[in-house]
Amino acid sequence: MPRGEATIGRVMAQIAMVMNLDKCIGCHTCSVTCKQAWTNRTGMEYVWFNNVETRPGQGYPRRYEDQERWRGGWELNKRGALKLKAGGRFRKLAGIFSNPVLPEIKDYYEPWTYDYQNLTDAPLGDDFPVAQPLSQITGKPMKIEWSSNWDDSLAGAPEHGDLDPMVAKVREQAAEKVKFAFEQTFMFFLPRICEHCLNPSCVASCPSGAMYKRAEDGIVLVDQDQCRGWRMCVTGCPYKKVYFNHRTGKAEKCHFCYPRVEVGLPTVCSETCVGRLRYLGVMLYDADKVTAAASVKDEKALYEAQLGVFLDPEDPGVQRAAEEAGIAYDWIEAARRSPVHALISKYRVALPLHPEYRTMPMVWYIPPLSPVVDALAETGFDGEEAGNLFGAIDTLRIPLEYLAELFTAGDVGPVRASLEKLAAMRSHMRAINLGDQPDPSVAASVGMEATEIEAMYRLLAIAKYEERYVIPTAAVGDAARLEETALPAELPDSCSLDFPGGPGMGGDGPFGQDSGRRHLPLVSVENFHVLAKRQTADEENELKELPP
Amino acid sequence: MNALLWGVLPYVAFVLLVAGTIWRFRYDKFGWTTRSSQIYESKLLNIASPVFHYGILFVLVGHLVGLFVPESWTDDIGLNEHTYHLLSLYGGTAAGVLALAGIGLLVYRRRTKAPVFRATTANDKLMYLVLVAALVLGMVAKLMHVSGEGYNYRETIAPWSRSLFILQPKTELMAGVPVMYQIHAVVGMVLIAMVPFTRLVHMFSAPVQYLFRPYVVYRTRDPEQLGVRPERRGWERTGV
Repeated sequence: MPRGEATIGRVMAQIAMVMNLDKCIGCHTCSVTCKQAWTNRTGMEYVWFNNVETRPGQGYPRRYEDQERWRGGWELNKRGALKLKAGGRFRKLAGIFSNPVLPEIKDYYEPWTYDYQNLTDAPLGDDFPVAQPLSQITGKPMKIEWSSNWDDSLAGAPEHGDLDPMVAKVREQAAEKVKFAFEQTFMFFLPRICEHCLNPSCVASCPSGAMYKRAEDGIVLVDQDQCRGWRMCVTGCPYKKVYFNHRTGKAEKCHFCYPRVEVGLPTVCSETCVGRLRYLGVMLYDADKVTAAASVKDEKALYEAQLGVFLDPEDPGVQRAAEEAGIAYDWIEAARRSPVHALISKYRVALPLHPEYRTMPMVWYIPPLSPVVDALAETGFDGEEAGNLFGAIDTLRIPLEYLAELFTAGDVGPVRASLEKLAAMRSHMRAINLGDQPDPSVAASVGMEATEIEAMYRLLAIAKYEERYVIPTAAVGDAARLEETALPAELPDSCSLDFPGGPGMGGDGPFGQDSGRRHLPLVSVENFHVLAKRQTADEENELKELPP
Repeated sequence: MNALLWGVLPYVAFVLLVAGTIWRFRYDKFGWTTRSSQIYESKLLNIASPVFHYGILFVLVGHLVGLFVPESWTDDIGLNEHTYHLLSLYGGTAAGVLALAGIGLLVYRRRTKAPVFRATTANDKLMYLVLVAALVLGMVAKLMHVSGEGYNYRETIAPWSRSLFILQPKTELMAGVPVMYQIHAVVGMVLIAMVPFTRLVHMFSAPVQYLFRPYVVYRTRDPEQLGVRPERRGWERTGV
């Protein structure tokens, strides 16, 4: 990132996530804990704020990546300006009485339960009673035919694999690369949550203005009191991560566990991840550059354009601009220590999911290298020897083209660069582990230094809880301001205790300055000591030394 | 009876409409939604819903013009009674047919598609009954008086409805009105009174502001809302 070159616009902070796909074993713990925490309710039976897809696969909802069908995200109009793919403002209002491109429940899956009662209530007979599946939509017996991860681990891939829209795209270019025959297949897991985009098309699609991006931390939320159930956001989101609660008639979505993040805890999916593959941290970005970056003409340049929107928290100019924009000191410090920033901007191993939707997603992925290593080892070669690995990347069973369709709009360059860095890291660390002298040319070949590679290794392999999740709390962000509001004339909105029902209610308590109920020590520490001295002084002279 | 139906009922309906809407906005914003069932069934809805909604919007415009544009105004622009009658007959019938066809298909969908039927409340059923009754009675009233000049409601019903606004209801004007028109008017007033208490309330959230706001909305956290907030309707704690 160029330091202090271009002028910095409005600096904003965003809590972002990076997932290291190498480590995902597809255990669905994140999905299940998320479900238990947030969508374990009627009306939300079919909803998974977090789901884990097997790629290649259709995803959830089925074929959601086929934007010619579902019309999600943005596209450029003839003048090169951004417009919603599902149609602009007038088209939305004219077509508000129905939404022709809304996925039906069947496109997700029909949720079901089992008739457990029959197991105990069935009359005595010759056969064992069974618990037959009951639809949670109709309440009637149903045949289970699909679910959110029906094609888990390539189940049914010979039959359904071709339905993956990305497979279709890759085949257009490299016919031979994607195979589903046994012993020729490949797969990896892709956990997905809401992307909390910088340029969210769901927010732009909402006619009621109920969806918004939080200015403090960039989390995209739905105001449940303002949502009127027009369903345009479901269509607008190209990742199909806004869901319609069919009981309440309102939109709901992944909210990045904001009640946890606000107090410095990681999201439920991150906290419970068995592979510890999720990283959380602050990204600083230039809000004024977002629209321009999202309107870059060449889809393959969108990844670079988004990197250009992010700001370097080590840059003093950025720090100053962030402070001027009202970002708390703790947040700037957190941005400097952010593992997410390191993986995205410093090491450049993390890549965005489907940048071609032009929403500027903020949940990034480190592409999987492990299958390469395994495949190499199976052929009898040393899977971690640099020469072997680099050579293998281009002949992956996971074709680079497929990964590129997911992460860089089809440009294999950044995917290869990221995988090569991971390969170099393996080779470098292997030498260290075996007590050999690491070959400096390996690190140099991917444009990194040995120390950088080792730092990246630490972050990817052994980073502890505090290193993986660097989350400044909302309260800390607000604390400085709150502390100062206890002092009169510091801020125009006067005393923070004056809110209705609060202890302050303007002025002092019944017995002078320090009486009355106070819940929080809301004075700055200097004032506290001055007051304490004034109340405990024995001699009048001592008081004179104190500042008034 | 006359005074009750044409002097009291309109005001009761109006008060219920206004007060009910304010009440609902204050205490049930969470329940204020279209309660769409499209996620269950999309094919029929994609046809029926626009047909019904555009139909009912034309019906609404027709009523506004018919009731609140005095006969003298149309006379002034040279529109004689016969032409006006034909306009209102064909235009009104077309709109009514659209709305009725739409709602017919919607009700059929609601009854035959199991998930949609399951999501239908008693409140919905009552609302559908009154809404369909109002539509059918309106059509019947109009089509029973097609011959010649038709029934000129602009000399009786329209002045009466306007007189309501100056708080001097001319109830005597409604005494001689054909009985079908009378029933239609009463059912219509009941429907108006029901609006805030049924899903019809979504008509007031027509998102016109969408045309004028920036695409991406930012909001800051409410600084007074860092802790828990008092429970509100629809958000009560469950269990425990």
